[in-house]
Amino acid sequence: MASQVVNPQGAALQQDSALQHHFEKAEQQKDASTIGMWVFLVTEVMFFGGMFLAYFVYRQWYPAAFAAASNNTSLWIGATNTTVLICSSLTMALAVHFASLGKQKLIVLFLLLTLLLGSVFLGVKGYEYYDKWVKHEVPGHNFDCRDEAGKPCEDAAHTPLFFALYFGMTGLHATHMIVGAGIILVLIWKASKGAYGPAWYTPVELFGLYWHFVDIVWIFLFPLLYLIDRSGAPK
Amino acid sequence: MASHAADTDTSKHSHHGGEHHIVPKRIYFAVFFALIVLTWVTTFVSRVDLGRWNIFVALAIAICKASLVVLFFMHIWYSSKLTKMIISCAVFWLILLLFITMTDIWTRNLMGVPGR
Amino acid sequence: MITATLPEKPKKNYLNQTEGLKSWLLTHDHKRIGILYLMGVTFFFFLGGLFAVLIRLELATPAGDLVESNTYNKFFTMHGIIMVFLFLIPSIPAVLGNFLIPLMIGAKDVAFPRLNLLSWYVYMVGGLFVLTVLFFGGVDTGWTFYTPFSTSYSNGYVIASGLGIFIAGFSSILTGLNFIVTIHRMRAPGLTWFRLPLFVWAHYATSMIQVLGTPIIAVTLFLLVLERGLHIGFFDPAYGGDPVLFQHMFWFYSHPAVYIMILPSMGVVTEIITTFSSKKPFGYTFIAFSSVAIAVFGFIVWGHHLFVSGQSVYAGMVFSILSYVVAIPSAIKVFNWTATMYKGSVRLTTPMLYAMGFIGLFTIGGLTGLFLASLGMNVHLTDTYFVIAHFHYVMVGGAIMGFLGGIHYWWPKIFGKMYNEGWSKLSAVIVFIGFNLTFFPQFLLGYMGMPRRYHAYPPEFQVLNVLSSAGASILGVGYLIPFCYLLWSLKYGPDAPPNPWGAATLEWQTASPPPTENFPVTPVVTQDAYTYTTEEVVHVG
Repeated sequence: MASQVVNPQGAALQQDSALQHHFEKAEQQKDASTIGMWVFLVTEVMFFGGMFLAYFVYRQWYPAAFAAASNNTSLWIGATNTTVLICSSLTMALAVHFASLGKQKLIVLFLLLTLLLGSVFLGVKGYEYYDKWVKHEVPGHNFDCRDEAGKPCEDAAHTPLFFALYFGMTGLHATHMIVGAGIILVLIWKASKGAYGPAWYTPVELFGLYWHFVDIVWIFLFPLLYLIDRSGAPK
Repeated sequence: MASHAADTDTSKHSHHGGEHHIVPKRIYFAVFFALIVLTWVTTFVSRVDLGRWNIFVALAIAICKASLVVLFFMHIWYSSKLTKMIISCAVFWLILLLFITMTDIWTRNLMGVPGR
Repeated sequence: MITATLPEKPKKNYLNQTEGLKSWLLTHDHKRIGILYLMGVTFFFFLGGLFAVLIRLELATPAGDLVESNTYNKFFTMHGIIMVFLFLIPSIPAVLGNFLIPLMIGAKDVAFPRLNLLSWYVYMVGGLFVLTVLFFGGVDTGWTFYTPFSTSYSNGYVIASGLGIFIAGFSSILTGLNFIVTIHRMRAPGLTWFRLPLFVWAHYATSMIQVLGTPIIAVTLFLLVLERGLHIGFFDPAYGGDPVLFQHMFWFYSHPAVYIMILPSMGVVTEIITTFSSKKPFGYTFIAFSSVAIAVFGFIVWGHHLFVSGQSVYAGMVFSILSYVVAIPSAIKVFNWTATMYKGSVRLTTPMLYAMGFIGLFTIGGLTGLFLASLGMNVHLTDTYFVIAHFHYVMVGGAIMGFLGGIHYWWPKIFGKMYNEGWSKLSAVIVFIGFNLTFFPQFLLGYMGMPRRYHAYPPEFQVLNVLSSAGASILGVGYLIPFCYLLWSLKYGPDAPPNPWGAATLEWQTASPPPTENFPVTPVVTQDAYTYTTEEVVHVG
């Protein structure tokens, strides 16, 4: 692939960041870094997995409470936010794509778009949290779960479990996104200096893996938290 | 010292799938389109009463979406066997955690004795 | 194995290449990081040991007369937390693994040297959290943090301890991650998987556990902290939660964690036994695969800690059978070690004494684990001193003996000095005697019904308790003496040759201590890890 490095300093940056002393070849280094990131993602899978376990246990025991609480989340906000996050995954994949081709301006553009879409997601999440706070659906703080008609939720005594998992899981997810946003800023700064190109774009690629992983977590959180018993059919 | 004759063996130069394979943009757009469609499918299907099958359908769709992201956005389709093995281990261990713990939850009351 | 004469000992090695505190605190060299960890784990070992002394002092008399029960609860909790999370889990991997794995595979360093340094800092921060908890009065829940006591009733610093362990856990994850990538991608040319030393296989299996299991204790502690802070009901029946769920999540990690503690030790023992028998390990492939089998099977037996908790009896039956199955790969190793020694040219050096002690004591510990894995016996023995004796036999008689054996075996390589063999052999014997005197009576006490975590007991148990406490003092002496002569050897010991033991693995093919880059020229490996012929056995004076 033809290198599109415009900035000669960028080329120097690419060379400097290349081979670390304990590796024999650049290919070995890139391969090792990629595997390292995947092993890290394994730990993240297990980390989120523990909360998925608690979710499954309590959903099994309190299906009515979980259904009632889930219906108090906004289906359309959730689906739209999911769409936003998937868009950010696309822009991230494209950012990696252009990094491998050395198209400097496009790298920066798509990283910015990813950051923007991620921020929209977080903003919407923030609004949802605020909404729950106002509606007394935060466990431990004047908790009082009520449905749209104002009646107490079915099996209200166990709804705090749902909301605790809601906040725990989406909160952990959001924390990962905030950390990701910070890293994107660093990547944007370095990309704007021409640091990435066909010779070396590993940080962008590895961050892409992280970002896609965060997306995958949400792909599971959405149905589990937002889509329980949405048909409204009598049981 | 030793046992090391000058032998240029290749344990380090093993072949790793297509690490440098550049995925064409159209694949990304196709996957993106599929993900969006599946998102809205799962949203609308959730409003249909399928009884106890709702969760299985929702999870099946989620697994499809996650697979698309892993295979194409994360390049697993083009990656080395080691990378594929690592992800398989993650999925397998997660299922281990969930399934084995649930066997306790599911079988606790089988004997009809409280707490057993 | 041919021992060619090396040129005279190079003046520059990793210890003196650069000087000053900053060069150590900002090092990327895996060897220096191993030594930083050695200092950390040694400190925590003696701190944890201090609590053991306090426990045994209290238990010398039947009445709870030394301290009151709340304080005693803090003693055994701090002892457990420090020994498990701050000593045993990091010990061999972070000290010996870090130092030796790149050397054994002919690499210049681990795959991610900066991450390696970060793991040490993270470990120290976690340790600092625990020290802070200690300073402010400690925690009293037991190292197992069972709910609802930990969430609702304890007056100790549960959240801070949980955070400390959470942080220290990341150190473990980073170490495991580093080793996995290193072993996969940094091997020297010609070094295929089945030419690797079995120490490396052991650490690969350990790293698998660290990566797959540690995140679970992390999320468990996270939920525990949330529960204690916000009273949500994850684990509190009053809000619909399940205390047994906590136990499931806790033990999903903590059972494999015991294999994190023992597998590296087994790797050390394999290296020692083979070197001092001058014979390649019997059944190399079996040892390699059994290490991985232990790691994998170790993840599906955790319910044996929950037999009397209210867990389903059916699940209990399955966990019981699986617990018997997981003993098989360990037993295979014991046979491999003894078969290696059979008709070998055995030299009873200090590391060999530790390794042989390991085999006997680990066997006892492992077999008593099977007693506990039996559902019926477990009802009688759970929460008694039998359990304590069992796990100390494997953790102390096993893991720590392996650690000490490894420290003595590789001391010449790490520091370039030989220690005094007379003192070291004496200490090994004192440790063995002290250990058995401390813990064997505890099997009897447990069987007779003495509960664990009690600071007072019926008078008929006193004789055995006094024997145990006496043994503990002997054991303590046995641990203190090496501290003295090993440090003494750093200044006054004779210089060590590159391969004082006549060992065959790669780390002995470079100078003692090694140069910073490990090997002047990257080695190329053309044969299996352990090649000895009878003519080439080297005898050390």
